[in-house]
Amino acid sequence: MSRQNTRLDVKKVNSELFTLTYGAIVSQLMKDYENVEDVNKQLDRMGYNIGVRMVEDFLARTNAGRCYDLRETADKIQYAFKMYLGITPALTNWSAAGDEFSLTFDTNPLTEFVELPDNYQNLKYSNILCGALRGSCEMVQMDVSCWFVQDQLKGDLATELRIKFNKRLEDAIPAGED
Amino acid sequence: MTIYNIYIFDRMGTILYQTNWNRLKQSGMSSEEEAKLMYGMLFSIKSFVSKISPLDPKRGFLCYKTSKYALHYYESLTGVKFILNTDITIKNVRDLLHQLYKEIYVEYVVKNTECEMGQPIESELFKLKLDQFIKQHMKSLQ
Repeated sequence: MSRQNTRLDVKKVNSELFTLTYGAIVSQLMKDYENVEDVNKQLDRMGYNIGVRMVEDFLARTNAGRCYDLRETADKIQYAFKMYLGITPALTNWSAAGDEFSLTFDTNPLTEFVELPDNYQNLKYSNILCGALRGSCEMVQMDVSCWFVQDQLKGDLATELRIKFNKRLEDAIPAGED
Repeated sequence: MTIYNIYIFDRMGTILYQTNWNRLKQSGMSSEEEAKLMYGMLFSIKSFVSKISPLDPKRGFLCYKTSKYALHYYESLTGVKFILNTDITIKNVRDLLHQLYKEIYVEYVVKNTECEMGQPIESELFKLKLDQFIKQHMKSLQ
């Protein structure tokens, strides 16, 4: 029960250890699945499972209130990146309707020391982030889609993660009441 | 002050946990049946409260009170619902429930990988911590 004492200080993990651990996970998945598409899917699924729990921690720590538009949500997401990964992505490329935006990263802690072999150009190396965003948004009743538009690993200048708001999810109706 | 019982539902309406402390009279039905009725009642009352609200209801339904007990409702932004039945003298139950979410539910359920999300909570550590939390508050608020 040592958790009690350390609960509120943000636990720090050496960033190189973190990067290398993530790299080890991805390369293990590559060995296990052999197929790049399956690995992308697995990373997304792992991210999703992280996201659905992480959002509760985020809400509990920040005492955040409900967001009334996507811009507020975007600010919170930006803050969460700062909190959990120590980076502050820029919020860019808002769509005219305000239902889509991009997170642009100058640096991505997941991809430090990483080079993609030429035959793995379809691998979405950081796809775990998409899953985590999808999972955490779903828990706060938002159905979103996330995908990478640009990736420094593939020679682009920046890494750009696109987020699109699809719809609001409603409370489950009790059994037997239709 | 007295706290009688608690129900915790997830966002899909699954009962995650329920327990009693000083409940002298039982409802005379099985606990599953009782939880189902509770969720149904809350669902209806919530949607009705929002519907007839003359202003934007924002947080919506918070509590109801009878001459003998009060029911307090707290919903986290993720849709986890905490329902606490207490006597009618107690104050600031919202803060208490928020604290319970933050310090007990998030710490001992969400961060416990043994606890599957959306499944009834079996963790003994959670049960212990919840019990301690409630008893401590009953004492400190007396």
